[in-house]
Amino acid sequence: MRLELTSVSAGYSAVPAVRDVSARVGSGSWLAVIGPNGAGKSTLLKAVAGLVRHTGELTLDGHPVAALAHRERARAIGYAPQTPQLPDGLTVTDYVLLGRTPHLRPLAREGRADLAVVADVLDRLDLAALAGRSLRTLSGGERQRAVLARVLAQQAGLLLLDEPTTGLDVGHAQALLDLVDRLRREDGTTVVSTLHDLTLAGQYADQLLLLHDGAVAARGTPARVLTEPLLSRHYGARITVLSTADGSPVVAPRRT
Amino acid sequence: MATTRLRPGHLLIALLVLLAAVLASTLLGAVDLGRQRVLAEIGAQLTGGTSPLTAREAAILWELRVPRIVLGGLVGAALAVSGAAFQGVFRNPLADPYLLGAAAGAGLGATVVVAVAPGSTGSALGPLPVAAFLGAAGGVALTSLLGRSAGAGTATLLLAGVAVASFLTAVQTFVLQLNAETLRQVYTWMLGGFGTSGWRQVLVVLPHVVLASAVLWLCARLLDVLALGDDEASSLGVRPARVRLLVLAAASLATASAVSVSGLIGFVGIVVPHVVRLLAGASNRVVVPLSLLGGATFLILADVVARTAFAPAELPIGVVTAFTGAPFFLLVLRGAGRRA
Repeated sequence: MRLELTSVSAGYSAVPAVRDVSARVGSGSWLAVIGPNGAGKSTLLKAVAGLVRHTGELTLDGHPVAALAHRERARAIGYAPQTPQLPDGLTVTDYVLLGRTPHLRPLAREGRADLAVVADVLDRLDLAALAGRSLRTLSGGERQRAVLARVLAQQAGLLLLDEPTTGLDVGHAQALLDLVDRLRREDGTTVVSTLHDLTLAGQYADQLLLLHDGAVAARGTPARVLTEPLLSRHYGARITVLSTADGSPVVAPRRT
Repeated sequence: MATTRLRPGHLLIALLVLLAAVLASTLLGAVDLGRQRVLAEIGAQLTGGTSPLTAREAAILWELRVPRIVLGGLVGAALAVSGAAFQGVFRNPLADPYLLGAAAGAGLGATVVVAVAPGSTGSALGPLPVAAFLGAAGGVALTSLLGRSAGAGTATLLLAGVAVASFLTAVQTFVLQLNAETLRQVYTWMLGGFGTSGWRQVLVVLPHVVLASAVLWLCARLLDVLALGDDEASSLGVRPARVRLLVLAAASLATASAVSVSGLIGFVGIVVPHVVRLLAGASNRVVVPLSLLGGATFLILADVVARTAFAPAELPIGVVTAFTGAPFFLLVLRGAGRRA
């Protein structure tokens, strides 16, 4: 699914948290939204998800998102918030089944096809063994995978992931991002995510969008955006950008 | 694949327990009709044989005891299922018709009708049930508004509920003082009980409880979606505000119809859904239907105690439910405090 933002402003109060953002994300590509705390990254994702009111134009495959009915939009756009709430007593399967909601008629219950979708998602995310476990008993990495599974069960063409690696160690973060990467390659899913780890953002996304104070400060390939002058200025940090053998940038903080 | 959707086994067990409670309750009473003879009478009614009971005994059984059991079951089901629904909507394990001001609102509504037009307790769509429903819905709305304006959190909502309930009860007392002649009638009713129950009351409550329970059962899956938080629910195509409104209306209806026939019976809405969650799973698709059956069982058994413990005198049933419910409430509160 192709996502296009034209002069999008959004926010809760009179002063918008996101101002005049334009971006284009091609089908099957990955845009990472980066920027310092309070830059408006989460608000931008929520605006695309339809959770925060926006002005400007937001289109999916050329159709304005605002014109979609509630459930249609939910079938097209999957959203995982930064701090998802996992209802204590539910099992992993039950939780992931909730992702089928936009595909069910109101008040209907899941059919065999829905169970098959969920079984497939659990399989792909290596969660099949945990299917009957209560969410309460999962580790941090397992919880994040369960959240991703819940979103994938929605079978949306566009995934909005707000800090999907929060609370994960580097190994689990890589595993999760590898998974998202595989999904977009296999299914052509378009991904927009916020990521606080700039090195990982540069390694996994095709395109970065650097926000500062709600406005676009820079956008383009990781090599263009992850530069010392840009990052130092907008993050107010002392930063060195190194390069790995394959040429991808590594963003390292410096003590002095 | 493992899911915690309602298992037929659990449903069957809940039904059997309910059936056992009904049977036990039919056999026990202040007037000893003799267990063998009651069983024979039931058999006779089912097969069309001759009754072993005298006309007076048959009347005690079929016009007093049985309608009272049915009414107790309906009220228990209504209170338990509305407790489960309130807990789901407010995402608060301690929400319950009493703590949210729903019951007090229903009480006030009913009292106003009794005071203004005594004796008008007639039908399912009469002024009393309508006033009780409006009172219950108003109580919940007030509590929810006050709770939200004072900040989120389990405790805030409950404190707002306590304030609203006290206020509504004070207004109720005021209305009573202005209408001293109806005082006795309302006071007996406020303590809760089925002392005056008959088939007429059953018919008043039945349509409300059936309607409210059907709505809540249909909404059980959506309650699970709401548990993800408003943003996620909304991103799944659900409109949280609409679902909440529908569920709150149904739960208020159930509370109001319970309160309007039996007065104030506390703790059923907390104890039953929690026991169900412990035994059968936390999905609302399990909790809602099993709370219906469990609530009926709990209140039928509580009424047996109320009728027989000090026979021929009767304990108010609210006392019996509070004896079991209050300690249980503290246990749940401790659990909630530890998780927070």
